[in-house]
Formats: sequence, C-alpha cells, structure tokens
Amino acid sequence: MSTTATSGPAAAAAPRGPKPRRLSVARIGLYGFLIISALFFLVPLYIMVVTSLKTMPEIRQGHLFGLPETWTVQPWIDAWMHACTGRDCNGLSPGFWNSVKITVPSVFISIVIASINGYALSFWRYRGANLFFGLLVFGAFVPYQVVIYPLIIALREVHLFSTLWGIIIVHTIFGMPILTILYRNYYAAIPSELFKAARIDGAGFWQIFVRIMLPMSVPITIVAIILQVTGIWNDFLFGVIFAGRNNWPMTVQLNNIVNTTTGTRTYNVDMAATIITAAVPLIIYFISGRWFVRGIAAGAVKG
Amino acid sequence: MTNHSVSVKDLTLNFGAVKVLKNLTLDISEGEFIVLLGSSGCGKSTLLNCIAGLLDISDGEIWIKGKNVTWAEPADRGIGMVFQSYALYPQMSVRGNLSFGLKTAGVPRAEIEKRVARASEVLQIEPLLDRKPSALSGGQRQRVAIGRALVRDVDVFLFDEPLSNLDAKLRADLRVEIKRLHQQLNNTMIYVTHDQVEAMTLADRIAIMKGGHIMQLGTPDEIYSRPQNRYVADFIGSPSMNFIDGQLQDGVFARGDLTIPMAGYNYASPQPPGGPATIGIRPEHVVTGELVGNAPVQLDVTVDIVEPMGSDTLVWTEVAGERFRVRMDGHAQVRHGEPLRIGIVPARASLFDAKSELRL
Ligand SMILES: Nc1ncnc2c1ncn2[C@@H]1O[C@H](COP(=O)(O)OP(=O)(O)OP(=O)(O)O)[C@@H](O)[C@H]1O
Ligand SMILES: [Mg+2]
Repeated sequence: MSTTATSGPAAAAAPRGPKPRRLSVARIGLYGFLIISALFFLVPLYIMVVTSLKTMPEIRQGHLFGLPETWTVQPWIDAWMHACTGRDCNGLSPGFWNSVKITVPSVFISIVIASINGYALSFWRYRGANLFFGLLVFGAFVPYQVVIYPLIIALREVHLFSTLWGIIIVHTIFGMPILTILYRNYYAAIPSELFKAARIDGAGFWQIFVRIMLPMSVPITIVAIILQVTGIWNDFLFGVIFAGRNNWPMTVQLNNIVNTTTGTRTYNVDMAATIITAAVPLIIYFISGRWFVRGIAAGAVKG
Repeated sequence: MTNHSVSVKDLTLNFGAVKVLKNLTLDISEGEFIVLLGSSGCGKSTLLNCIAGLLDISDGEIWIKGKNVTWAEPADRGIGMVFQSYALYPQMSVRGNLSFGLKTAGVPRAEIEKRVARASEVLQIEPLLDRKPSALSGGQRQRVAIGRALVRDVDVFLFDEPLSNLDAKLRADLRVEIKRLHQQLNNTMIYVTHDQVEAMTLADRIAIMKGGHIMQLGTPDEIYSRPQNRYVADFIGSPSMNFIDGQLQDGVFARGDLTIPMAGYNYASPQPPGGPATIGIRPEHVVTGELVGNAPVQLDVTVDIVEPMGSDTLVWTEVAGERFRVRMDGHAQVRHGEPLRIGIVPARASLFDAKSELRL
C-alpha cells in the first residue's frame, strides 16, 4: 500500500474533512414515504381551497382538480354572513363569536387553576397530594362519554345547563387533568433548592408562585394555550350538548350549514366555511409552533 | 445554654420508615464555625434543612439564639442559607435576588439599598448588580448566593456544599473568602462539605457524621490526631490511615512477628486495656531516611509500588501481611523491590478495640 499519496483519488478515500453524503435506498424510501404522506394531507386541502373559489356552475362540470375559470370570493362572504344554519341564515359569524366567548374564558380559567394545582403538587407536598395526583392521572384517561349524562344532571341542578358558563365549566373540568400533569411535571424539573431559598427569604405560597414560578412558566404556558385552544375550538360534542342553541360554537354551526337538507348543496360555501372554522387552530400553530417545540423540550430550564 | 447560638436536641427525622437522623444532639457556640463532614447520604443536608426549618422534624427541639424555633417558619429563624446549586431566582437581576428577602419582610426601600450596597461591596459583586444570574460565572453566582444570606443580617449562616460545583482553583479562592467573611462578621456558621481540606481549613470544630449519627465532634486537630473510633480515623486523612489487626497485651501491640511497645501512647482510659485491637498509623507519621534511628520502633520492609506526587511520594509496602502506605519526601529515591527501613512512633499512633472500634 502506498503511503506517499496525500492528494488525488486515493487520498480522498481516507476519512478526512466532512463526511460525504450518500443517497441510500433507505433514504429514498424515507423521502418517498414523507412525500406521499404530505400529498395525502395536501391534496384534499388543495381541492377545498380551489372549490371554495369556484362558482357553482363550474363545480357542477366536475373538474375537481382544475383551477377556477372565474375566481370568486362570494362563497367566503356567504359562508361568513348568509349561509343557513337551520332556520337562521346569518352564516358562520355568530358561531365564530360564540366559539370565542367559550374558548377564551375556558382556556384562561383552566390554565390558571392547573398551574396553581401543578405548583402546589410539586412544591407543597400537602397531605393527600399523591392521592389527588393519582386521581387526576386517572381522570385523564376516563372516556368522556361515561361522564356526560351525570354532568348534564349536575349542571341542570345548578341551573347552568345550556348556558355559556355551563360549557365553560365543562371545558375547564375536562382540561384539568392533562394540564395539571403538564404543569406538575414542568415544576418538578425545577430544582427544589430554588423553592427552599424563597422560603428562607420569607416568601409564602402566593409570593413564590407569582414572583418566582410564574415568570419561569412561559414556555409551558404556551404549550398549554395551544393544547386548550385547539381542543376547545375543535370541540363539537360538548358544544352541542352543553352550550345551548344560542351559544352553539362554530363547529356545531358548520355542521348545520353543511348538513342543511333544504335547497341545493353549495359545495363552494361548505368548503369556505370549513376552512374558516379550521383557521383559528391553524393560525395558533403557525404563530406559536416554534414555542410549542421549545416548551416541550424545556424540561430543564435552569438559571 | 445562654451562649449557645444553635442547639439541636434529640433530633429525630424519618422519611416514612427510614430513620435518617437518630436522636442527634449538637450545641454550637456563638460565632463558631462548625463543619459537618461525612460520606454521601449520611444526613448532612437533612440536618441542615431541619435547622433551617425546611423539613418537618419527627422529634426533638431546635433552639437558635436562646429561642425554641422548632415550629417557627424558616424566615423567622434568623438564618441564611447557601445552596450547592446556587438557587438564584433566574428571572430576577442580581439586585432583585439580593433584595427579594428584604422586600418580603417589608424593609424600607432606603434600608434595602443600603444593605444591598454593603453586601455587594463585601463580596465584590457591585459591577454585576444589574445582570441576570444566567450571565454570571459559577463563582460569581455563588457569591450572589452568599450575598442573599448576607443582606438579611442573620445570626446563623447555613452552607450546603457551597463550593462543590466549582473547579479546584476557584474553590480554593472562595474558601479563603468564606474564612475571611467569617472573621469579619463573626456569625455562627454551619457548613456542610464532602471535602476534608475545606473541613480542616475552615472549621473551629468538625462534626463527622455517619448514618445519621455524629461519630465525633472536635477541633480539626482532635479529629486528626485523636480520632475517637476507627471510622473517623479512616475517613480523615489522605492517603488514609494504615490499619493492622492484632493483640494488645501489657502495653505491647503484637501481630505475629511484629511487636510494637506502645510506650508514650496516651490511652483513652486510665488502665491500659488488653485483648484484640487494631493499630492505626498515618502514612505521614512513618519515619524514613536518616531520622529512622530516632524512632522507637524500626522495621525492614520491601517497596512495592511508588507513586510520586510532586511534593511527596507515596510508597506502598507490606507490614505483617497487610498493605502499608508510607509517605516520603518528594525527592525520595526508591524503586520497586528495594528494601526500606521505616520507623514508627507509637505516641502518634491510634489504638482501637477490635470489636467496638472505639479508641483505646
Ligand atoms: N425526600 C426524601 N425521602 C426519602 N429519603 C430521603 C429524602 N431525602 C433524603 N433522603 C435520604 O436521607 C438520607 C440522607 O440524605 P441527605 O441528603 O441528608 O444526605 P447528605 O449527607 O446530604 O448526602 P450528600 O453528601 O450526598 O449531599 C439519604 O439516605 C437519602 O436517601
Ligand atoms: Mg447533601
């Protein structure tokens, strides 16, 4: 074997510098799979968008994949303001505002309570804390359907069934187990010495929470907001049961628009309405997706 | 009890079924620097947390400055505590960290500023006051942590391994600073460490702990020269003490051919005892070179392993079939297999009962 060669093809074989990249069969397979998966989700979205921008006569011609010949935003306007949800024909906008009225307080209240729960569970090991946490974990796995009927009766007894506050309470309760676990695990990763130092500095339960723990909780709170907003916004079952006709969220109204049996089916309006409804969680993801990953990975935030 | 700064009486602490501290009693005088030393898991941090009021004790009393504080809140005990992990509030500036305790105590703003200024001057952290802890080095963080205890004007400082996250050089520097701080303030300090050097250099008295008990409480010299039992003798000193098991009869220690008359040995009890015993000899107390002739007991051994360490050389040999370490001068010219004459001074040795392991 020659030892003189320091350049040229022979030397290139010696490992030095950046490792050459090679496209292996496994890689091609992987990329192929990813592309097919992406198409699987993107093709329906494409069809929805182009359909929502076509006129009805054009849709009836049946060119599913073609771009619109005459572009129109009328379906979007109809979906927002004029589409009929059963008897009323005010479009999705009332449902949108209902969803906002349900989502904002539910997200806020559930996060406030869950963060306090998680904080108390990880730092103030009060009597029965482990039992409480065990119950919460159990609660996270209870199928919703089991508790719906008892919950209806309970809310009816306190005259909150079919009210805005009724549905807010329901969402708060159902968000509690998972959010509390989330916060508890986040706080469990904070060194307990920090808590001890604050105790010695004379801070009490609330001072430690507000002055020390909350400022450190931004990443996990963003995760919690994303979870709750998407969960509550996309909810259909609880909304249709607990909110009452006047407070039906957007998802319920969307269903009513799409399933209206009177008149002809306006596919373009249906598509536009669906996209509008899905837009809120999508926007939340795009704005805070970066934070989401960071919050999940931020188990060990140290000073 | 009047001049005791901290008194721990019959303290017992259980974590569930595990007894971590067992009937522990410790009296600490005003202005004293006490070091708690012991192997990992022996309950040092637990004892400190009990004194601080961060753990609910199972039994016993804790007195600080003549007051029974057994049920008092940590903030009301007149203590400041410094942790191994610094435990600075990450979202607050250094100034915020220093003043947090004073703010919660409702100290007037002008007074807070005065105290923060004084503490930061003592610790030389004035240029760092507006930084966040994440922008500080380890040594600077630990200074801030000490400052947080300092501003509170407390009587008792508790340190839980404050230097063990720092590198060797910084540790030596900060060790001296803590000693200087103690001379300056003259507070009572209780200091937990793993590090013998820290313990020996800082302490007025050292408490050696094992399994939730205090094995010996004494000045560094007492601990080093007259260890009360075999555990303490083995624990203190590096390289550690040589032990040889044998018989003690009429003031002579014997093991096979080896006999060491214990003339000049200061017995713990008035009558010289007899029976199975262990002799302990520190490697640095073995005489070598020209001075061997002066030693009361002389032995011929064979050099096995030589470990040069710069300032001195550690030589491994065998005495009465047991491994035996000898500390020699750094320039000692010895090699594997060579004969070596060593001298033993019984007055500097330690004798322990073979069964109870207590000092004879
Ligand atoms: N919360 C707890 N629950 C149960 N056991 C505990 C708890 N905290 C500590 N222990 C046990 O108590 C014993 C003493 O712990 P401690 O932290 O006081 O040791 P230490 O002497 O400070 O050790 P180190 O030098 O490693 O810090 C250990 O055996 C430990 O396992
Ligand atoms: Mg410890």
